[in-house]
Amino acid sequence: MDSHPFEEHIPRLRRYARALLRDVTRADDLVQDTLERALTKYALFRRGTDLRAWLFTIMHNFHINQIRTASYRAVTVEYDDAEMTPEQTNDPTALRDLAIALEQLAPEHREVLVLVGVEQLTYGEAASVLGVPIGTVMSRLSRARERLAAVLSGEAAPYLRRVK
Amino acid sequence: MSESPQPVSDETLHAYVDGQLDTARAVEVEAWLAENMEAAERVRAWRAQNRALQALLDPVLDEAVPARLTESLQRPRRVRPWRAAAAVAWMVIGALAGYALHDWRTPPVVVATPFFERAAVAHVVYAAEVLHPVEVSAEQQSHLVQWLSKRLGRELRTPDFAPLGYQLVGGRLLPGDKGPAAQFMYQDARGARLTLYVSTPGPDAQPTAFRYEKEAGTRVLYWVDRDLGFALVGELEQARLLDVAHLAYQAFNF
Repeated sequence: MDSHPFEEHIPRLRRYARALLRDVTRADDLVQDTLERALTKYALFRRGTDLRAWLFTIMHNFHINQIRTASYRAVTVEYDDAEMTPEQTNDPTALRDLAIALEQLAPEHREVLVLVGVEQLTYGEAASVLGVPIGTVMSRLSRARERLAAVLSGEAAPYLRRVK
Repeated sequence: MSESPQPVSDETLHAYVDGQLDTARAVEVEAWLAENMEAAERVRAWRAQNRALQALLDPVLDEAVPARLTESLQRPRRVRPWRAAAAVAWMVIGALAGYALHDWRTPPVVVATPFFERAAVAHVVYAAEVLHPVEVSAEQQSHLVQWLSKRLGRELRTPDFAPLGYQLVGGRLLPGDKGPAAQFMYQDARGARLTLYVSTPGPDAQPTAFRYEKEAGTRVLYWVDRDLGFALVGELEQARLLDVAHLAYQAFNF
C-alpha cells in the first residue's frame, strides 16, 4: 500500500494542531478536517510549491473559522477536562506552565510563535500561511514574545479573561 | 571600525534568533551582541522561549498517528477507480430521477427498503421540536460527525446545503432497521427544516436511483449508494428536494 503524499506531514500537522488546541481529540479533529479539505483541494495545489506550508495554510484557515464561530469557546469547555490525557497531566511543572501560558495568548500570537519557533518556517512562509504581510509576521512575533514572557512571569492578565 | 557602530534593530535580532539571516549578517549581529549585553540578554530569552516551545510540542512527533488520520487519506484513493463509473451512473440516475419527477405519484416499481419510512417518521417527530431538535448541535460539527460515523461504522459527512439556503442545525442517533441510523437536521432562514437520514440498509441492498415517496404527511427522496441508505425529508417542492439530494450525493462521493 503506497502512502499518500500528505502522510509524511501528519506528525507535524498534529504538533501544530496541538499548539492551537491543547486537547488531543480536538487537535486531531482539526488535523482530520485539514486533511479532508486538502484532499478536495489537491487539484489546486501547484507542484513545486511547499506542500507542508500549503497544508498549514489550510489548517490555519480552518482554525480561524472555528474561532470565529461565536459559541465555539462555550461548547468546548466541558470537553477540555473530560479528555485530558495522562501525558498532559504528567507534564513537568515548567512545561505545564508554558502550555497554560500558550493557551492564554491571543490566537495570532500563538500561531506565529509556533510556526516560527517550532515549525521553523521562514518569515515569508509564515506570512503566506497566515495570509498577512511579512511585516505583520515580524511585529506579531515581537509582541507575542513579549506577551509570552509577561504571562509566564505572571505580569499579564490572560487573554480574553477578565479577572476582577 | 572594529566595533559595529550602528545599533541593530529588534527586528534583526528576532531574525537572528530564528535563523532567518544570512551567515554574513548573522556574524555581524553576533559581534554586535558581544558588546551589547542588554540586547544579548533579550536574545537569550527569546532563544529560551523557542527551546521551551519545542520541548513542549516536539513529543507529539513521536506519538503514534491515530489510524483515523491515515485512513482519511486512504479512503478517497480507493474510491478513485470507481469515479469514471460513477460519472456514467450519475447520468443514468439523472435520467431516472427526471423520469421519476415527471411522474412521481406512480409507486416505485422496485420494492423499497423500509428505511425511508423510518426517516419520514423521524423527520415529523423531530423537525417539529422547538427546544431539542437535535442531540448534538452544529457548533460541535466535527464531534457530531465523528460520533455518528463511529456508531454507524461508516464515514459520514454533513453535506453543505448552504448554497440552497439550508444551514446545519445538528444531528442525532436513531434506531434504524438493522442498527443505528443518523439524522442530520438543516434549516433555512425562515425556519423550514429538512432532515437527511442515513442508515445501513443491510448487505443485500442494491444501489438505487433517487425515488420519491409521500410518507407520514411529508415528502421523502431516498436512494441507496454503496452500503448506505439515504433519505432526504422535508416539505419541499420536488425539484428543490432533488437539488438538495444532488448536493448530498456529491458530498458523500467526492
